Amino acid sequence: MDTTVANTGTEGKTWGGGNEPLKSSYGKMMMWFFIVSDALTFSGFLAAYGFSRFKFIGSWPIADEVFTHVPFFHGNYPMIYVAFMTFVLIMSSVTMVLAVDAGHHMQKSKVTFYMFLTIIGGLIFVGSQAWEWGTFIKGDYGAVQTKGGNILQFGEYKTIDGDKVFKRVAVRDIAIDAHGERVQHDRKSGLWFVSEGALPAYTVDEVYNGLEANSNVLVRTQAINAEGEKTVLSRAESLKQIKNNGKLVVEGANLHVNEYGTALFADFFFFITGFHGFHVFSGVLINIIIFFNVVLGTYERRGSYEMVEKVGLYWHFVDLVWVFVFTFFYLV
Amino acid sequence: MADAHKLEILRGLVKFKSNTQKIWGVLILLSIITAVEVAFGIYKPESLMTKFIGMKLLNWIFIILTIVKAYYITWDFMHMRDETKALRRMVVWTAIFLICYLIFILLQEGGYIETVYSSEFIKRDF
Repeated sequence: MDTTVANTGTEGKTWGGGNEPLKSSYGKMMMWFFIVSDALTFSGFLAAYGFSRFKFIGSWPIADEVFTHVPFFHGNYPMIYVAFMTFVLIMSSVTMVLAVDAGHHMQKSKVTFYMFLTIIGGLIFVGSQAWEWGTFIKGDYGAVQTKGGNILQFGEYKTIDGDKVFKRVAVRDIAIDAHGERVQHDRKSGLWFVSEGALPAYTVDEVYNGLEANSNVLVRTQAINAEGEKTVLSRAESLKQIKNNGKLVVEGANLHVNEYGTALFADFFFFITGFHGFHVFSGVLINIIIFFNVVLGTYERRGSYEMVEKVGLYWHFVDLVWVFVFTFFYLV
Repeated sequence: MADAHKLEILRGLVKFKSNTQKIWGVLILLSIITAVEVAFGIYKPESLMTKFIGMKLLNWIFIILTIVKAYYITWDFMHMRDETKALRRMVVWTAIFLICYLIFILLQEGGYIETVYSSEFIKRDF
């Protein structure tokens, strides 16, 4: 019905109103613009990561040495598990686009099936992410943090297949437990306004005694040498560093300390993969809602499966972001 | 719109008969790229460790492969290939321009701070 008072003389022209010059519905276009703004948020985070990394280019942790675990398998498998996660996410993108395609052909049962597979893929990814976080938080070898906040790790040279290889040694394997009397401070047993987190399993002195007793163990610093590897100190220098600069025994990573290197690495890891994981999680929730709408026949009655297409765009975007996170956290 | 999919990728090198077939084709392409990246990441060939415009050659390869992957996800999974030129440019060029700008500024600044630290006028390890 004509509700305007006067005609503008542009009726029937491209931008005259009532047209879709971009041949795309309002909802889809707004999803695209949301994706642009969200992409800028993520690139802000990744660029900030790049900033900090360029700032500490000579001492940044090497991702290959940080993420080396695969569930149910022991040993050193860098990259394998993230590659699996990437594949799961790409695969769920494929089932999503298949659902969209089936929606174009108004095949309700196919849309239902592919949406279901997409949700399963998303759940596997979020679960893997949680496991990855758990492993990172738990840590594996432990390290000593210096007064300046740097990380000193332990290891020894071993000959494997004729090559001299530096193998990491865990703090708990060398530290000599002195059964110290230092107890965790409770608010009830001292200053009530001061609290203290869980104490590290060992003190620096215990680690120092252990290092003295194991004559083949050396200290490795954060500094990256010309060969692109972390610098290993001499025996005398190792003992001196722990004795003079060692302040805290660190196991695993959190927002304050990180046994793999600079704490910034852990901060960015938690923040960026966390923000991405949150996107995946909300994507799964939205997918579940759409899934039930498909099952109930909402879109069948509406005569169009465009809603599936719109969540599809969001879901692919989550995959797109992961491709970049994968590159900048695990590869580069 | 429903049947108006463009069914060729790689500039017409590979043509598909249906949209479903194209989706599987793109999946294979993306899987191959990811496999190459992971293989490079694990073995780190010595010949690619040379510096090239401020970064290791291997890292440049990773970034280029990532952008290739992003292109196929956006163009074929998100159907950007089938949208109008105006919508495509609005979304893609806006994002690319702003992201390049941001990355240039932040990395430039990060590199500068690194030179200040490594010239040892400032001590940060006590």
